[in-house]
Amino acid sequence: MSAAAEPVAREWQRYSCGERIARFVVYLTLVAAVVLSVRSVEVIPEFILDAPEQVADLLKRMWPPDAASYPQEIHQALLDSMHIATVGTVLGVLMALPFGFLAARNVTPWPWLNWMARLVLIATRSVNTLVFALFFVAVFGPGALAGTLAIAFHSIGFIGRLFSEALENTSPGPIEALRAAGAPGVSVISFGYWPQVVPAFWSLVLFRWDINVRESIVLGLVGAGGVGMVLDNAMNLFLWGRVAMVLIAILAVVVLAEVAVTYIRKKIL
Amino acid sequence: MASDALTVVPVRRANWPVRIAWLLFAVYFAYALTHLQVTPARFITGLEHGQKFLSKLFPPDFHRWELLTKGLRESLEIAILASVLGVLISLPVSVLGARNLMPAWVTWPARVVMIICRSFHPVIIAILFVKAVGFGALAGILALTVAAVGFLGKLFTEAIEEISLKQVEAIRATGAPFMSVIAFGVLPQVFSRFVGFASYELDSNLRNSTLVGIVGAGGIGGTLFAAFQRFDYDFVCAIIIAIIVMIVAGELLTNAVKKVFRA
Repeated sequence: MSAAAEPVAREWQRYSCGERIARFVVYLTLVAAVVLSVRSVEVIPEFILDAPEQVADLLKRMWPPDAASYPQEIHQALLDSMHIATVGTVLGVLMALPFGFLAARNVTPWPWLNWMARLVLIATRSVNTLVFALFFVAVFGPGALAGTLAIAFHSIGFIGRLFSEALENTSPGPIEALRAAGAPGVSVISFGYWPQVVPAFWSLVLFRWDINVRESIVLGLVGAGGVGMVLDNAMNLFLWGRVAMVLIAILAVVVLAEVAVTYIRKKIL
Repeated sequence: MASDALTVVPVRRANWPVRIAWLLFAVYFAYALTHLQVTPARFITGLEHGQKFLSKLFPPDFHRWELLTKGLRESLEIAILASVLGVLISLPVSVLGARNLMPAWVTWPARVVMIICRSFHPVIIAILFVKAVGFGALAGILALTVAAVGFLGKLFTEAIEEISLKQVEAIRATGAPFMSVIAFGVLPQVFSRFVGFASYELDSNLRNSTLVGIVGAGGIGGTLFAAFQRFDYDFVCAIIIAIIVMIVAGELLTNAVKKVFRA
């Protein structure tokens, strides 16, 4: 008995050999990447030494914020930015839904269609809002229209991808039941898939709106409307007090938007 | 039994508050649309412009690939350094911001710092840093680092607040100093999630690093903006294709890293 129960000398290890090698490779790559970047990135040392002085100068010029400019110029531009964000989000959602359905493998059973839709989603997600804005300013001229379309097109990829992932995570039970009852395709979508993805849908629409509020603010830098144009003008004219006021206004709007999104999400989900 | 089930007819009750909310939203939407100043004529001329524009984009012109790879490399360097700096700074900030480890008078300042960092778009922060430290990659690195602190700080804080406190208490009971509590009680519980968030941040920094160049903060964005302004649209197309390839490659790489760490 006692001879059989003799303990075998074994050491407990948290990770298998393969896992440890994989982790080591990741760490090594990271360190190598950092070292290579530090060595080859072009940073001028004088600029770093000079930085604290420059920052202090900048802050001194920014104080006090030019509160008088808010009702004159900033308020309307800020509202424009919000319109751009909201309309852009709605248009983006409308364009993203078809691609979301096409990209979900369980809804659309043809792989080539899945891949086409995925390609659209990847491309629109990878081209930044500002780049889209440059495009649309070239096409439609400067103004809010270009900004709205830029927001809408960049949102397609984000909303479409997350929406198709939500669709792929639905339970197949209700869908099979509807199919077995002979329901047409539209009914399968509206009574089988839709109720299952509604919470995910609203939560990602709200999330995207929150992001779009932030993005709509920078669009003006390339001439696509909104408060970014006021910021750009103030900076080109070296009106630092006004710049500070714009930044304060942006901070207030962004924080309010985040609070609103958190509140609505709690209410409806 | 079956007939019982059939008699139950689901009735959709009218939900008036929701209907009114929809109506209000529709009114607002119509009002906002008028702000866009879209006229049919403008739209049609726009479409014509668009057609011309698209025909100028293709075929992409890769002749100046040296300029292209130089810009891409700088963007990549900005993204890597900003992510590493961002992680290093947000680790202590998020520990300070976690309500289950720190008293309220410590968490609030840390949270305010994170909110301010998160509220401004990286490009706006980049403008300010360009004014402060001059044109070039440094401004881009600093801008993306600030944005990363805002974003990672929030995610890290939430992850820390969800840990089980039993292990923290056990380590405290042995009389371990604060740093050991963090290193052996907190970090092991959140490490894989942190890796997931950090690789997500690397991904998003890679996207934004191709952008900050538009305001002069280094990377491919400057090349892109210059090409746009010179109406060099076939080079623009080449740059955008290169950016997409880099971002997709980055996404595949971070997915592989997440798999290794089961994040």
